[in-house]
Amino acid sequence: MLLGRTANGLYWMFRYIERAENMARLIDAGLRMALTKTSDAPEEWSSVLMSAGVKIGYDNKYNEYNASLVSDFLLRDLDNPSSVMSCIETARSNARMVRTALTREAWESVNETWMILKSTLAQAIPETDLPRVLDQIKRETAIIRGAFHGTMLRNEIFNFARIGTFIERADNTARILDVKYYVLLPSISYVGTTLDNFQWESILRSVSAHRSYRWVYDVEYNPVNIADYLILNSRMPRSLNFCYSNIVDNLKYLANDYGKRHECHDMSESIMTRLEDNDIRTIFDNGLHEFLSDLIYQTNSLSSKIAEAYNFD
Amino acid sequence: MKPFDEMIESGGQVRPPYGQLKCWLDTQNPERLAQKALDAENVFRKTGITFAVYGDEEAAERLIPFDIIPRIITGNEWRRLSQGIEQRVMALNAFLDDIYHRQEIIRAGRIPRELFTHNDAYLPEMVGFRPPGNVYTHIIGVDIVRTEENQFYVLEDNARTPSGVSYMLENRETMMQLFPELFQQIKVRPVETYPKLLRQSLAAVAPPGCKGTPTIAVLTPGIYNSAYFEHAFLADQMGVELVEGSDLKIENGKVVMRTTEGNRAIDVLYRRVDDSFLDPLTFRRDSALGVAGIMDVYRSGNITIANAPGTGIADDKALYSYMPEIVEFYTGRKAILENVPTHRCSEPDTLKYVLENLADLVVKEVHGSGGYGMLVGPAASKKECEAFALKLRANPKNYIAQPTLALSTTPIMTEKGLAPRHVDLRPFVLVSDRIRITPGGLTRVALKEGSLVVNSSQGGGTKDTWVLDD
Repeated sequence: MLLGRTANGLYWMFRYIERAENMARLIDAGLRMALTKTSDAPEEWSSVLMSAGVKIGYDNKYNEYNASLVSDFLLRDLDNPSSVMSCIETARSNARMVRTALTREAWESVNETWMILKSTLAQAIPETDLPRVLDQIKRETAIIRGAFHGTMLRNEIFNFARIGTFIERADNTARILDVKYYVLLPSISYVGTTLDNFQWESILRSVSAHRSYRWVYDVEYNPVNIADYLILNSRMPRSLNFCYSNIVDNLKYLANDYGKRHECHDMSESIMTRLEDNDIRTIFDNGLHEFLSDLIYQTNSLSSKIAEAYNFD
Repeated sequence: MKPFDEMIESGGQVRPPYGQLKCWLDTQNPERLAQKALDAENVFRKTGITFAVYGDEEAAERLIPFDIIPRIITGNEWRRLSQGIEQRVMALNAFLDDIYHRQEIIRAGRIPRELFTHNDAYLPEMVGFRPPGNVYTHIIGVDIVRTEENQFYVLEDNARTPSGVSYMLENRETMMQLFPELFQQIKVRPVETYPKLLRQSLAAVAPPGCKGTPTIAVLTPGIYNSAYFEHAFLADQMGVELVEGSDLKIENGKVVMRTTEGNRAIDVLYRRVDDSFLDPLTFRRDSALGVAGIMDVYRSGNITIANAPGTGIADDKALYSYMPEIVEFYTGRKAILENVPTHRCSEPDTLKYVLENLADLVVKEVHGSGGYGMLVGPAASKKECEAFALKLRANPKNYIAQPTLALSTTPIMTEKGLAPRHVDLRPFVLVSDRIRITPGGLTRVALKEGSLVVNSSQGGGTKDTWVLDD
């Protein structure tokens, strides 16, 4: 038994830690795209904002897209609730709120991350410094994850935290794919242009999968394989299949612990079935965009159903 | 006159309780000690042992400076102090019971009725109600100062929601990490049982209708409260839920908390929310920190609230000067611990005396706390005294005045080595089926040379306090 508010705090604490890390990855991929002169940089930055789900907020504030404005908005801007700094602030506030549910190591890792990033992100980051700062963000969130995994009891507290992580990650991966789905659609000539190749690599890079892809598939990028990797592969830690299998498992532990199943259990299992029983060809045939936008929608409503079931809505 | 120093006697000799520590200190490399002081600061920062200073936007969270030189009290000194404290908290509870019932002490003419009639700390809602176990103030922090070898005074009884106990515990924890060898050489009485005792103490005053193990929770105003760290710390150490008002509601005549498995009834609520915010239906209507209807549940005997609402009247500064009479009235004996002589500015002759001697006195607001709104005469400029005199004349009954006490000093670590600074002491007392006093307490220290203000909100620090097991 946990307070509903504690479950809520754990869930959102881990959603925001995950989000902070995803933001760093998105900026990383954006920077890399901008370096390839073949691409249209402003358009790339605009799609980074779209993947981050913050384009409206950005457009209200700025009317051009470039590396320094976009990365500042995604890293430091407190008006942007999803900026790395906002995420870390929110994650830490939640961690303070649920402090009694965390081990000392887990709490201290979040607190230290907050102290370090607060000072790193206190002033604008020059473009030459961006790679270092992005690395630092990824390293900090990795330390939080390590402290959490190394010290937390595998109980309901752990389950709510994991559910938060994977709901956020599923949403993130689905969004990245959906924003770029058109570059994955089969073109007349099946061989990608140089630009296509950059686009494909960028997608993989934004989920840190550009190296592991080659361990699983061919050295050549192929859009169908990329989609297969990010949607259906059960071993790729940021794929939709992987995320959902973790959500389902953690929800099952809660059902066993509490001796009660809720609507969210059926719902997550039925989404999981779709990710297990489909092959990538069928998904393309039925419409990749439709599949992805439906999944984003379903993930959102699953999130509300979970909150409802465990009294933190 | 030089104030009493707890380590070095006026002749320059080391006082016996500090003998071993002083020997050890003399053998230490100053650089190593300085490094240890930094280590301690890092521990506190990492752990997030912070407090918020209201109205200080820049430093929303600050560390209370920690000094690594322990303050030492002998077993004998402590025995006398704890007897005095025990007597005092028994009197406080008896007094609370009396003034919310027959008011014998007023009938006997020992204290004036006016003290209650226009006092917000006196809650009419509590009249005629008897809390479980007949305990009103369960957790008390008694502020004590020392002026001579054998002269201790009680400065204030914190009978509402005293804070600081988490610092007492973390200070000890930190010292044991930094200097394990010292604890092998010197036998110090433990403090770390406090959370367990607190839990036992709270469980022992569960409502009579509560069957089995009572469900206990700590009620906090939330993460923005200055003492939030402590609330979380205590809940964690006791293994109970840390709840906010928004987690609670009334269901079937009980206070319940919303959990992942539905609503659960609470039997004992250790609240760290002030009386006025406790129940918007009874007290401040704009309060979002409390629980609507909790006073009805309380009065029907279905929950224990610790400390009970209305205990603030016992540590009201207007009442303080009557404490010797109060202790004697309820215990039949003279108070073991003395009060600081106190002038009530409400009395015209006294007001005149206070105004004429402002430069030598400490003047406090009757309802103030945390060192805000007070005048320390000897440290104030002429201009500050004059400005204060105006406030005093305008509303004399809002103030009491006390002589400036030469608070004892203990050494702290400074950049130039050890230097004496003024200290006070807040021992923590638990009252329920019996009285439990943790040996020692929180020593607060004024870090500025010559300063007498030890409050953390005014730049004070803390020290580990050792009661010798001798």
